[in-house]
Amino acid sequence: MMSAEHMKKYPIGNLQPDVESLLAWNEVAPADFELASAEEKKNFIAQRESVSYWADAWRRLKKNRVAMVALGVLGLLLLFAFAGPFFIPYAYDETSKTAGNLYYYHYTLEEQAAIEEAMEAAKSAGRRDASQKSIARELGISAKPFGYSVQELERIAAGEAVFPHILGTDTLGRDILVRVMVGTRMSMVIGVCAALIVLLIGATYGAVSGYAGGRVDTVMMRIVELIYSIPEILVVLLLVTSLKPIIDDYLLYHPETGIAKFIAVIGPSILSIFIAFGLMYWVSMSRIIRGQVLQLKQQEYITAARALGASGGRIIRRHLLPNCIGQIVVTTCLQIPSAIFLESFLSFLGLGVSAPLTSLGSMASDALNGIYTYTYRLLVPAVVLSVMILSFNLFGDGLRDALDPRLKK
Amino acid sequence: MRENYLIEVQNLKKYFPVKGMRGPGVQAVENVSFGISQGETLGLVGESGCGKTTLGRTILRLYEPTQGRILYRNEPIFDSGDLPVVDEAGRESRSRPAAVNMLPYRRKMQIIFQDPSASLDPRMTVGEIIGEAIDIHRLAAGKRERTEMIRELLYQVGLNTEHANRYPHEFSGGQQQRVGIARALAVKPEFIVCDEPISALDVSIQSQIVNMLEDMQKELGLTYLFIAHDLSVVRHISNRIGVMYLGCLVELAESYELNRNPIHPYTKTLLSAVPVPDPQVSRSRKRIVLEGDIPSPMNPPSGCRFHTRCPYATERCKQEVPPFREHAPGHFAACHLLD
Amino acid sequence: MNDKKLLEVKDLKVSFFTPAGEVKAVGGITYDLNNGEIMGIVGESGSGKSVEAYSILGLLQSPGKVIGGSVTFEGEDVLAFDKRKMESFRGNKVSMIFQNPMTCLNPVYTVGNQLIEALRTHNRTISRAQAGQRAVEMLKLVGINNPEKRMKQYPHEFSGGMRQRVMIAMGLICSPRLLIADEPTTALDVTIQAQILELMKDIQSKTHMAIIFITHNLGVVAEICDKVSVMYAGKIVEQGSVNDIFYSPGHPYTLGLLRSMPRVDAQEYERLIPIEGTPVDMLNPPEGCPFAPRCQQCMKLCLQKMPPYVELGGGHRAACWLRVQEQVNGVDTAGRADSGEADSHA
Repeated sequence: MMSAEHMKKYPIGNLQPDVESLLAWNEVAPADFELASAEEKKNFIAQRESVSYWADAWRRLKKNRVAMVALGVLGLLLLFAFAGPFFIPYAYDETSKTAGNLYYYHYTLEEQAAIEEAMEAAKSAGRRDASQKSIARELGISAKPFGYSVQELERIAAGEAVFPHILGTDTLGRDILVRVMVGTRMSMVIGVCAALIVLLIGATYGAVSGYAGGRVDTVMMRIVELIYSIPEILVVLLLVTSLKPIIDDYLLYHPETGIAKFIAVIGPSILSIFIAFGLMYWVSMSRIIRGQVLQLKQQEYITAARALGASGGRIIRRHLLPNCIGQIVVTTCLQIPSAIFLESFLSFLGLGVSAPLTSLGSMASDALNGIYTYTYRLLVPAVVLSVMILSFNLFGDGLRDALDPRLKK
Repeated sequence: MRENYLIEVQNLKKYFPVKGMRGPGVQAVENVSFGISQGETLGLVGESGCGKTTLGRTILRLYEPTQGRILYRNEPIFDSGDLPVVDEAGRESRSRPAAVNMLPYRRKMQIIFQDPSASLDPRMTVGEIIGEAIDIHRLAAGKRERTEMIRELLYQVGLNTEHANRYPHEFSGGQQQRVGIARALAVKPEFIVCDEPISALDVSIQSQIVNMLEDMQKELGLTYLFIAHDLSVVRHISNRIGVMYLGCLVELAESYELNRNPIHPYTKTLLSAVPVPDPQVSRSRKRIVLEGDIPSPMNPPSGCRFHTRCPYATERCKQEVPPFREHAPGHFAACHLLD
Repeated sequence: MNDKKLLEVKDLKVSFFTPAGEVKAVGGITYDLNNGEIMGIVGESGSGKSVEAYSILGLLQSPGKVIGGSVTFEGEDVLAFDKRKMESFRGNKVSMIFQNPMTCLNPVYTVGNQLIEALRTHNRTISRAQAGQRAVEMLKLVGINNPEKRMKQYPHEFSGGMRQRVMIAMGLICSPRLLIADEPTTALDVTIQAQILELMKDIQSKTHMAIIFITHNLGVVAEICDKVSVMYAGKIVEQGSVNDIFYSPGHPYTLGLLRSMPRVDAQEYERLIPIEGTPVDMLNPPEGCPFAPRCQQCMKLCLQKMPPYVELGGGHRAACWLRVQEQVNGVDTAGRADSGEADSHA
């Protein structure tokens, strides 16, 4: 059985059974045994479908209805923000003197004339509470959807097709719906970019700190704790206000450089936000990654890599970080709503995006002026913002559950 | 001591200082000395806390030794001189041993781990895992050669070469262990520490792996340090066996000699405690059953560490550490009663 | 000796209904146990040996379910027990001890507390003081010194071997008729294992309770068991007295296991003869004998139909077509003469 020929055919530790000697024992014709060998071979290696980690996670995620709904909402918001403006012929910064302060509903020209008359009559009769709406109600006139200015209505009467201002316009005559779309786009982009900055800095810092261990780790974590203890919003406010003149100066004196062009596009305030994120917001990510790395460091495959002679950098890059990917994805996803919130908050305070760029926060801020008469101008961006943040959070939660290795198997 | 050892360990100590506790901490390996010749298999047995796994990893410098010398082909890969790297109180001493670049030695000395599912990165395919070994040491000139080498290795350990892009969790325990062995072989080592390579496998698979290790040793001229707690397997595969108790090497002899003629009381107990799959033998032999538990390596007994459980302990055993000496040709032990 | 059978398991079938499919963990096993007998159930991981023991005590958790067969203890149908009956049955008539003593003891209660609770769960009339005394007795019985002091200690203050002894004490405190030990010494060092085995033999000889000893270690089986059932892929492939199993194994799997194990008392080098192949995927068990793909003597018939049990005398039976063939032809094709040689000792 152990002849040289045999050894050649069945190398050391071969898993395939020795079919030839099997034949010697049996009363069955070799041809009939064909079946057995094929079957045996099939049974040897697990023929179960290879389920990759992501496919498995996706399957779990699909079962989570809340997360799937949140994902759907996010998808819609994405379409809304990026594809929406193509359907509306108004630019977000297109002002119009005549189409200012339109509501999301309108009255036809005849109705308007009637209401005017009635209002005159009421005024001369001494009634103080006569508003356009109440008069319209008295007269039994109902509002029609979408906002049109008088000039636009005249143009429609003349036969022209005019796209409506679905949500009306603001003080300067800019279409609100388009501005909401652009604002959402701005919030999302800032959110994602800020989250990516956090990811890059935080994951690297945390991985290095966790892997290095010892004194290096202690020092690095003290720095993190220090940063943690600083109130972030104050720092951001400080940064934004103090960086503005510096950046403006830079733009003035070096307008040709690529950086200048970049800054000119995004605005000094947004740059400050990114800088603030880069300085402060990565700490929670670094803590999480460090925690993961500390755990993973103990795994035997890390020891095995060391035994092979792998350098620390290689181990971090190819073993530790890939195995943290679940945490990385989830934390990044949950970082996005914080970034969006921060940006909105700053814009609300007037320290965010500069005109004519708009964001949901600055729209809300603008809306404060006419809050009693044009309440919806505050509600719309606020609702969109809330829905966006909520969806990101819910989806991130669902993602965390789906990627949790403990639930695996 | 013969001069032609492949790997030699002299007075090796490994302590793990415990945070917040003064003193040396866990005294995992205490003053161990032995040598392994090329082509030999040295088995290392012992129970929990005996330090055999720590010893195996310390030889590879996966743990930094506390004190002692490790020589590979008479070249020191670690030499603390006379001064300890970590002193009795657990503080690091200022004089450190000369740094040795371990990378070339990582090619010559490899390790196979106990739990194959833990020692393979779950995010890498089997091909990538083996390929990493090749990449680190730049053993392949190009991509094609690398792929060829990986396939060759998979074939050598009896796996299907088509499965290089499957993940570890898709394989059974025995197959995973074969992948681990392929990875160790990828760098063409001379010396392999087998750290309980079959304990985590099913009984019917264990003998496959044992045979494979034996065959590879013959074919590739490997030297093994075979660490296990199952004395039957160790006895089968090893030329010589070292018995460890609580960090100390208590007996070292040729494997059949150890079986026929154990001279240390602990070895005798160990041999009698190993269950034999033969009812008549099993029920007719005399069992030496020790009282009490194995002490903790954090707080080992004074003198001979076995004295707390030894049926023959004397006052001297409590006070003095017995020297590890040759009592018969090739047969070493550390016991006062043999003098 | 009581003639009535203590435990009768007939054609027990257990399956796990996982999202990937039905895993037939136990595919119809039959055995019985008399008072005072120690039976070993040997098998590897995936053989179903633990699962069937859990089903006796109703400890199966979903997605596992008993889908067929019966378990009769002292004449009562255990599978039909309602919750209450089962609770008074567990720990009282039949006790179980597990593999990992680290995780089986509650870390926030003292050992004494847990022992007392075990006793008082089944015996409401006994006072705490009396229960405490009995606990001390039990600790002494299992060889723990200073039992009064150790009663007040917490599990983490005990070593592995000691904890296993505490588990045994807890299992025995209500004087069960049957103790199921699921790999009780697998996680222990070999000298501690020897202590625990001696202890169990000692207690068994005093109390005459029956023990089902589940393990994958044939050495332990040789030492402590009277009868042995060998399981593979959810079925019992061979059953018999310990001498039958070790000296005249009737199933190729048993034979394969014996030949692939190195022995510590061998006098010279003998190459191991491994069982080729890998264990069966229980999700898709093949038709016919589950061991067939790995069997050196596999015949075409083995791949098609599950072999029946063949009585080999004295309660020794094996499920193998080779044995059937023998009985029919009167020819010995097992090569058992070989195994006799390999296992004989000087």
